[in-house]
Amino acid sequence: MGQTFAENLLSQKAGRDVKAGDIVVVSPDYCISHENASSVSQTFYKMTDKVWDAERIVLTLDHTVPASTEAYANSHSIIRQFAKEQNIVHFYDLNKHGGICHQIMCQEAYSAPGRLILGTDSHTCTAGAMGAFATGIGRSEMASVWALGQIWLKVPETIKINVHGRFAAGVYAKDLILTVCGMFGAGGASYKCLEFDGEGIHNMSIAERMTICNMAIEMDAKSAVCKPDDKVRDKLVKKNITENVNWIWADKEAVYCEELDINLAEIKPSVAKPSRVDNHANVEEVEGTHIDQAFIGACTNGRLEDLHVVTDILRGRQVKVRTIIIPASCEVLSDALKEGIISELVDAGCTIMPPGCGPCVGVSGGVIGDGESCIATSNRNFKGRMGSRNGNIYLASPATAAVSALNGYISDPRKIL
Amino acid sequence: MKVAGKCWKYGDDINTDVIYPGRYTYQLLSEAEIASHALEDLDSEFAEKMDPGDIVVGGENWGVGSAREQAVKTLKYKGVAAIIAKSFARIYFRNCLNEGLLVITCRDAVDAIENGEMVTIDMEEGIIETKSRMFRFEQYPEYVKELVESGGIISYTKNKLSSY
Repeated sequence: MGQTFAENLLSQKAGRDVKAGDIVVVSPDYCISHENASSVSQTFYKMTDKVWDAERIVLTLDHTVPASTEAYANSHSIIRQFAKEQNIVHFYDLNKHGGICHQIMCQEAYSAPGRLILGTDSHTCTAGAMGAFATGIGRSEMASVWALGQIWLKVPETIKINVHGRFAAGVYAKDLILTVCGMFGAGGASYKCLEFDGEGIHNMSIAERMTICNMAIEMDAKSAVCKPDDKVRDKLVKKNITENVNWIWADKEAVYCEELDINLAEIKPSVAKPSRVDNHANVEEVEGTHIDQAFIGACTNGRLEDLHVVTDILRGRQVKVRTIIIPASCEVLSDALKEGIISELVDAGCTIMPPGCGPCVGVSGGVIGDGESCIATSNRNFKGRMGSRNGNIYLASPATAAVSALNGYISDPRKIL
Repeated sequence: MKVAGKCWKYGDDINTDVIYPGRYTYQLLSEAEIASHALEDLDSEFAEKMDPGDIVVGGENWGVGSAREQAVKTLKYKGVAAIIAKSFARIYFRNCLNEGLLVITCRDAVDAIENGEMVTIDMEEGIIETKSRMFRFEQYPEYVKELVESGGIISYTKNKLSSY
């Protein structure tokens, strides 16, 4: 009997053969925290005074940058102080290297095949795009990991998703994952690992794989992974990463709790209607819905590839509503500037914000007011998340968001092609 | 250990943004401030009217969404004695164990409990007593016993460190 990716990876980490349902105590390769590191550090200092391995901790500032209140600025100071005290070198402050934590984890290849990644953020699962087992944990749990250098995990069962074919024009990775969220429902993959494989995945860029893995948590999955391949290999070569890489995957005879096949050609441009992520609709069902704002960015869709799609749509045109665009990292912003696409977006009437989470979780600029509707490329549309409790958030792909911004109402990106 | 309290009953898929809104998440607030926002975007009456010792009752997938610990701390600091649900979202459940907030999974009990009803939970026997009848629930698995018996992750971690 063979093993799944999760069973193989956690067996390797545990130093013994384990299967779904077993408990392991394992050491992470990297731990990522953002602004909540100020809170994690306070809990940490109640336990002990020295982190187990400063080299394995990555800290980023992304949710509340640049600090817009004294409280946020003071919280950042606590993190800087902590990084200094503990000699944490992987600290992404407001400088040319910074960005959203999940972007950094893949961009800088902290996530790599065979690694175990933990993060104090539910979207840590994004890192599965690079072939790692990546899962989110709470702050106190992270404080414990910083102290002990280990965590107990229950080896999850796995749902296998075989992805075939190619997207039709106007359809993208975000539409796929929104459709999958609609299929499984908010708790439909609870405690499970999602294994994505097949030619459909193999043909996708790392950026697209990140979009897919990012939203696994919206089905309460423990982690998600796309089979690592030459695209991941190329990335590691570019970053000069040769150590601590294990090309772990599922065995042919692995046992899954569920297995399904998806043909990308059947996926349509999609939205998640207010206020649940699994409230899936094909775009034609909501076409014409008035919007007040479009937000393009977030860890789900703030990459250069996403900005290319958006710029191709907006070039030479004018948006009709507030359109906030936020590159997921300084590297993405820098590349976009060099390519000239930032000025094209500005000419189209978009508002460019510095790399970070922006209005996604309602703590940075671009929140919405009472009765306003926003189409967003982020990953959650719960009531009150992006500002007013009486606002409406529609989740969509960058293409759908861009076309909607042009029209002032939710629109089908296939019609503009 | 026995716990008895008045029940506040809610539905399925109650997410972390309505339990504890994201807009408060990156400020360092006191325990009282964190408690004041409990269930703010779900039930505006809860924070004002609940009494310490009350029990929160949820449907499937209670706590879906964010890993934010405040979604657990807010209930703990408010004095919620336990959460009984049909099922819990993974990270939320784990955060409750770490915080020492009692979490009980019992579908039948949730179906039977009415909003406002007084309910008793016997942790040793694994029994929930409602006004209609008693229900058995599955107790914590063996592998979290040490964590639960320490009273939470801080004590658990300190114990582990001192044993090294």
